[in-house]
Amino acid sequence: MSNSAVGERLSTIKHVVLVLSGKGGVGKSSCTVQLALSLAHQGHKVGVLDIDLCGPSIPHMLGLSGHSIHQASAGWVPVFADPSKQLGCMSIGFLLPSKDSSVVWRGPKKNAMIKQFLSDVYWGTLDYLLIDTPPGTSDEHLAAVEYLQEWNPDGAVIVTTPQAVALSDVKKEISFCHKVGLPVLGLIENMSGFVCPHCAECTNVFSTGGGEGLAKHMDVRFLGRAPIDPSLVMLLEQDDKTVVPKLAADDEEVRTNSIVETYQHCELSKIFGRISKELDDMLEAK
Amino acid sequence: MSAPQNTPPVGEVPPDANEHCPGPESASAGKAAGCEGCPNQEICSTQAAGPDPDLPLVAERLQNIRHKLLVLSGKGGVGKSTFTSQLAFALATDESTEVGVVDIDICGPSLPKIMGSEREQVHGASGGWQPVYVQDNLALMSIGFMLPDDEAAVIWRGPKKSGMIKQFLKDVDWGTLDYLLFDTPPGTSDEHLAVVQLLRDSGVTGAIIVTTPQEVALQDVRKEIDFCRKAKVPIIGVVENMSGFVCPSCHGESLIFYPSTGGARALCDELGIPLLGSIPLDPRIGQACDQGTSFLDTCASSPAAQAYTKIIESIKSLVG
Repeated sequence: MSNSAVGERLSTIKHVVLVLSGKGGVGKSSCTVQLALSLAHQGHKVGVLDIDLCGPSIPHMLGLSGHSIHQASAGWVPVFADPSKQLGCMSIGFLLPSKDSSVVWRGPKKNAMIKQFLSDVYWGTLDYLLIDTPPGTSDEHLAAVEYLQEWNPDGAVIVTTPQAVALSDVKKEISFCHKVGLPVLGLIENMSGFVCPHCAECTNVFSTGGGEGLAKHMDVRFLGRAPIDPSLVMLLEQDDKTVVPKLAADDEEVRTNSIVETYQHCELSKIFGRISKELDDMLEAK
Repeated sequence: MSAPQNTPPVGEVPPDANEHCPGPESASAGKAAGCEGCPNQEICSTQAAGPDPDLPLVAERLQNIRHKLLVLSGKGGVGKSTFTSQLAFALATDESTEVGVVDIDICGPSLPKIMGSEREQVHGASGGWQPVYVQDNLALMSIGFMLPDDEAAVIWRGPKKSGMIKQFLKDVDWGTLDYLLFDTPPGTSDEHLAVVQLLRDSGVTGAIIVTTPQEVALQDVRKEIDFCRKAKVPIIGVVENMSGFVCPSCHGESLIFYPSTGGARALCDELGIPLLGSIPLDPRIGQACDQGTSFLDTCASSPAAQAYTKIIESIKSLVG
């Protein structure tokens, strides 16, 4: 199979990073979005490709639900999340007739869609292409790795939550990376504790420290620990992304130009700012 | 460019098929002259032709099982496996009720750990594979029992996953059961299609849909409900998990996963589906899962356990 079309698209993209986790609901998409927002804030040009075909979440998180994709002579034009077009996004969510429609597809059809995303989307020049994946180690992952392999993707960021049940699935994902020869760039421990807004007491809703232990055990770089942040949850949920989420009803309304700026008002942006800086340094040094 | 067309789950002619479609289950599916240029040709020609010859065997194997319940959610990590395990433990507290659980999450099997039976093994006997008995009246089957260690990844494409699920139903000696629960992976793909097709002859009692309150999860859950309707799986109801969190030190409540669109209640009203109940987030649920114990036994008086019990009672009465 010739993937030269994929190669052509990737030739103007500096770094390709996959975001993986064996477990669902650990925050792959929210971490992808936060990495993208942080990288964009640091001045990089970023693309987010959502290959979770049965459950695309990226459009909603970036506030792009209901948008559709335009076909230009150069290919499918991504949907941009900010006016300065620093952050573009492509997802099957933009192709569905309604938010209720399910994508009941078996493997071969999913593979074909992913190939199309990789070969037909006109990203232009990008510093980063982040690929958000569904949970598991199956068709979508094999397809993405297969089509990208020839062009040496930079590697994968693994996301986990701290509890033992999640860790065992994440171990499988790391084994998957080893098996297919995809470098593991590092591991993020997400949902590590929740700071009660009433009393500032931190509760480890899904226990804590498990991710760091796993990183040590599997010899993977530990990128950091991110607590549950209600203002982030709200930002990803709300329709208007230019309003800074209010935690108390009497807070003053703050408006920004774009989701990239709004995100800088969340506590978590400091952690992800550091993580994306670390990633960037690591990849630039390569 | 048009919106992608969906593959109908069971044996129907897809709406975008060519005019002389022989039907996706005919022997010439994907190979007939009329299939040339059809967008579904590749799928039809790579699928086994005709109705699966193993279906009668599956139906025979499952004939002594009264209720077959699917636990579904479009979204990952909302608590499908946790709910399945607690439902199984709760049903099995009555010693005369026989309960079986099949874990069809092939790439991320969590049930062996959650139900405290890690490192058990499946044995073959003349009647078929013996499931692992967590209790005398509670049997569990999972691919987790067949892996050399918990780091081993199952890197399988769809057909191989479907094959494994078929074996769980065709080759496992389930015996006589009151309930067989199916814990599924997130999404609407191979595993879901496989289980629905395999149960076609023996019938599905219904599906329980698990979600969390935020719109990002509900979006995927709407897709799962659409799948159930297309696949003609009756929906018993929706369970809202992780709804609200009570701080153990100050007892103040926070909505961690904020229901920006009204949560499961609004979804159920909109789509006309019963809401079975809401379960608050309790760190002890996660701990019970990590330790493989029944949360309903260890923390019976907690609000979360009471919510669970209420939901399980209503499921019992709904399925009869």
